[in-house]
Amino acid sequence: MLEVTSLQKSFDGFKAVNNASLSVKEGEVVAVIGPNGAGKTTLFNLITGVLKPDGGKVLFKGEDITGLPSYKVCRRGMSRSFQVVNVFPRLTVFENVQVSVLAKQKRTWNLFAPSAKLAVSETEKILENVGLADIKDATSAALSHGERKVLEIAIALGGSPEFLILDEPTAGMSPEETTRCIDLIKQLKEKLGITILFCEHDMEIVFSISDRIMVMVRGSTIIEGTCDDVRCCQEVQDAYLGGSDACLT
Amino acid sequence: MKNPLLRGKLPWVIAALIVLFLLPVFLDRFYVYLAAIILLTGLSATSLNFVLGYGGVFQFHHAVFYGIGAYGTALMIIKSNLSPWLGFIVGPVVAGILGFVIGVICIRLSKLYFGMLQISLGSLVWAIVYRWYSFTGGDDGIHGVPLPDIISSPNGAYYFTLIVTAVSMFILYRMIRSPFGSALQGIRDNPVRSEMIGVNVKLQQLLALTIAGFFGGVAGSLFVVVDNTVFPDMMFWTLSLELIIMCLLGGWFSFLGPMVGAGIIVLLRTYVSGLTVYWALILGIIMMLVIFFLPNGVLGYLDRFVKKKARS
Repeated sequence: MLEVTSLQKSFDGFKAVNNASLSVKEGEVVAVIGPNGAGKTTLFNLITGVLKPDGGKVLFKGEDITGLPSYKVCRRGMSRSFQVVNVFPRLTVFENVQVSVLAKQKRTWNLFAPSAKLAVSETEKILENVGLADIKDATSAALSHGERKVLEIAIALGGSPEFLILDEPTAGMSPEETTRCIDLIKQLKEKLGITILFCEHDMEIVFSISDRIMVMVRGSTIIEGTCDDVRCCQEVQDAYLGGSDACLT
Repeated sequence: MKNPLLRGKLPWVIAALIVLFLLPVFLDRFYVYLAAIILLTGLSATSLNFVLGYGGVFQFHHAVFYGIGAYGTALMIIKSNLSPWLGFIVGPVVAGILGFVIGVICIRLSKLYFGMLQISLGSLVWAIVYRWYSFTGGDDGIHGVPLPDIISSPNGAYYFTLIVTAVSMFILYRMIRSPFGSALQGIRDNPVRSEMIGVNVKLQQLLALTIAGFFGGVAGSLFVVVDNTVFPDMMFWTLSLELIIMCLLGGWFSFLGPMVGAGIIVLLRTYVSGLTVYWALILGIIMMLVIFFLPNGVLGYLDRFVKKKARS
């Protein structure tokens, strides 16, 4: 479904992403792991059109989407959530998701119909699914960090994506929130059939939900394979564990 | 956004409109004139707030559209033999087109840079109007614009202003509450995220700038009706600053905030400037107090106050 080949991006001579490759098949959950500063978020920004790559190719559903602006990427069925909470702070939880649904329905040029009556059931269904229905009238700036991270995902779901990118979905969450979030991600895969690409520092989560893993170090892909391949790969251990002999568990 | 201040708002709106309609019965000419000026200045500030408070676009020189609306109307009435009513359409349309053109040039920049470029382009328009004696009358402006009989009397002008302002405010309100308005507020809060949910941010803002220019122009053409004159100062940048102050003072996250701000500023300008020529000094002090104590403006404060009462 997604095919990334030798993507490149440098900032002022610093090669943030250098020869990153990745492929995701329909229905898979793929994790990108790597130490801090490996270029994971930059890679996601390049795929989703937030940044323009210096070189390389991104194919999505067989079509070239390299360097397309994000709104066009999104209209092709790809949504993402952000690592740093990136919601609409002055809008309520409901409005946050609703605006995303409205954008998906291409209604943002409608000047006269009242928003309050549009896309209500779709929005409520999403809020129900992610467990934010009880606080839908709260202003999103008033939410806890964990709730905002969930809202993050809910906004991405507003675009009813086929392909979802989650940038550290559980970062900063409490243990219970993390458990709930993992259940949510599993549900998205199983019930809605969404293909998911995510990055995460918590290895337990990575190994428990992903079908395949891509490891990135200093901007480059060093291995792409199943959990077992990655667990025992020497290079990964060098990068992550400073050269210990034990397999990652 | 659920707004307790506006809950069950319809009776209040109707009551306010009735009071405004009866105003000329109770008040003498000068106050009716003042009320008309407040209404049209408020409309101008509200149209600015459409892009400033709801769109997050730093339109620093909005008075240009107000002025161009006024000049468009006045010149159309004076220079052409067509129906004078046509002037009231031409003025706002020209202002809307100018809003689009300046928007196209400035939109590639964001935030303050947008504002700086917009001030310079607006000042350019002002300079042209100021210097082009043969067409615009230069710094003398145009006086004694002939109007259709029905709106040439003070009361006629007032009612025309009231009706047009009410209709324009209603349209702007509907737009803010429409999907377009939702997307616009989304962009204000977070442009990157808006783009990521499939909104074409620049195009959306461009349409908003065009609409704001149009309604700024409507306010300008109403000034021609009320005052019978146009002059280049109507589009000088200091007036734009006043419009921004009105939005901040009244509350730029409430729909009626700019209207309230316009009321406060126009009254201050009228009464305090009678006492001292340094009325801007008083304005400056009030502005500082507002920033310290009412950072969300007068209506923003009342809104919070009402919410607190409702909770306890």
